[in-house]
Formats: sequence, structure tokens, C-alpha cells
Amino acid sequence: MEVLIRDDEPPSDYGVNPWERPIEQLLKCGIINLDKPPGPTSHEVVAWIKKILNINRAGHAGTLERSP
Amino acid sequence: MLGKATKIVQAIQKASKEYICLMMLHKDFKEEELRKVIREFVGPIYQRPPLRSSVKRTLRIRRIYYIDILEIRGRRVLFKIGCEAGTYVRKVCHDIGEALGCGAHMEELRRTKAGPFTEEENLVTMYDVSDSYMLWKEEGNEKYLRKVILPVEEGVKHLPKVIIRDSAVDAICHGAMLAVTGILRVNVGIKKGDLVAVMTKKNELVALGQALMRSEEMVSSKRGIAVKVKRVIMQPGTYPKMWKSKR
Repeated sequence: MEVLIRDDEPPSDYGVNPWERPIEQLLKCGIINLDKPPGPTSHEVVAWIKKILNINRAGHAGTLERSP
Repeated sequence: MLGKATKIVQAIQKASKEYICLMMLHKDFKEEELRKVIREFVGPIYQRPPLRSSVKRTLRIRRIYYIDILEIRGRRVLFKIGCEAGTYVRKVCHDIGEALGCGAHMEELRRTKAGPFTEEENLVTMYDVSDSYMLWKEEGNEKYLRKVILPVEEGVKHLPKVIIRDSAVDAICHGAMLAVTGILRVNVGIKKGDLVAVMTKKNELVALGQALMRSEEMVSSKRGIAVKVKRVIMQPGTYPKMWKSKR
């Protein structure tokens, strides 16, 4: 995407390139592009992921539709 | 989405989707006629959510960006469809059947794109998740887990961006609105009301917000609020506090 510039400032030591973030931080704020197996619900899969990764907060953004 | 990344759910839910769909027609049909009907479904369409749906069942407009027929075999039609969020593909199949006069239903559906995420890139299985986590936990090998867990920034790749000064970051993390003076760069084409990603110079996601100005105004205005912050993703204190509280 094209960019419009308002101002610039020199680089600083704050922050970190997202791809160099420690794993611990990714577990607290990361995304998995998961191929959901067809049987279980999204909710169940999220529960398994939380268990596998040993984290207490996770969600999904992909409800297709409720199965009949 | 893990941890705080759950806050970007709206950015993906509201984004366009692509599906591969297998449709079953109830009678024999002429290929030409099917192609003609399908062409008519591209563009804005009226759609009433199906009986079994999780939203209010009122007529609404959804945009279909493209429908590409991949294969026709007997009464089965395999196609790829790109559409606006909230389009019911099951309903599209049904309506195509009605328009053709022979009836149709959806047999199978697979999502191939959701906003910035595609099937080709970074798609992982449950096994990948558990194997890569074990490798990291037990052997300290983080190479594979890094391929599985992406930074939250990957989830907002499709949004227009507003890059801000380091000195503005912590105020945004505390929920402040973004004033034009805190802006360094913006993507072109932002309109009032658009969902935008507020980012640092290092391309870290700070927050999601609603644009209160167009891109041009964001870079040319002397004063004013450019973005109303809706969801803060970055932990406060990541950047130093450089703002003064009013007493």
C-alpha cells in the first residue's frame, strides 16, 4: 500500500521487530493459522490448543456455520 | 488467536473471505445457463440469512467479488467464491438453484481465505502445533514453533496502517485517542470510519482504531484527533511514558 508522510524520526532502541519477539511473548499475543479438523467444534479445538500450549487465553475468528 | 491477540478478532471477522464450494443441482441443466446465472450473482446481492443462522434474519446486502467455476461433473459444480464477510454460501447455492429453476444445495464447503490468512501460507495442523511446542519445551528448539505461532501483526496485514511516534505509543496503550501530531506516516485511501491498525516504526501493532479523518487530512491537519482507539493490543509500559498527566 502506498504511503503518505507527515514526519520522520530517527530509529530508537524501544520495541522489537515482531519476528524477533521471544516465544514467551508470542504465546501471550500470537496467531495460529490452523487447519481445523472437521469433526470437533471450533470451541473444542480452541480448548485443545490452550491445553497443548499451556495458556489460559485463546480464541478463534472462524465460525463457518453451525452444523445441522 | 492467543492471549491478547484475541482482540483483533473483529479485523478478521469483518474481512473478505474466499471459499471452495461443491454445489449439487437437483435436475440436469445447461452449462451455458448456469454460467449466465452465476455471472448475475457477482456484485451486490440481497440475502436473507438462513433459518439456522446466528444473526437476525432480515434481508441484507452482501457483495460477491468473484465466482470461478472450477469443475462441472454431472449435477455437481465445484466453484471458488470470494465474498464479503457475512455472506452465507449455503444460501448462495440455494438461490442459484432457484434462479436456474431446478433447485440446488451446498454439499461441501472449505474456507480458503479469511482476510490476511490463506490456505497456501502458514496453514498448520493440530499435530504441527503439538510437535513444535514439544520440540521447544524439551529441546529448546524454537525454529518450528516460530513457523506455527505468528506475530499478531500478521493478522492485520490487510488493514490500512497509521505509523506513530515512539513518544505517542504509551499514551495509546493507556487508551488515549491518536492526535495528528503523533503521526509519522499513513497508508493512502483511509476514509472516515475505516478500521485502521496503529503501528510503531518497528511495525509493531499498538492498537486498532476507527479513523476520524481521511489519509490526506491525517498528514496535513495542524491539529485534531485522527484515530479513535477501539482495542489496545500492546502491553502498556512496552514504550516509555512520555506524556504528562493534567493536574
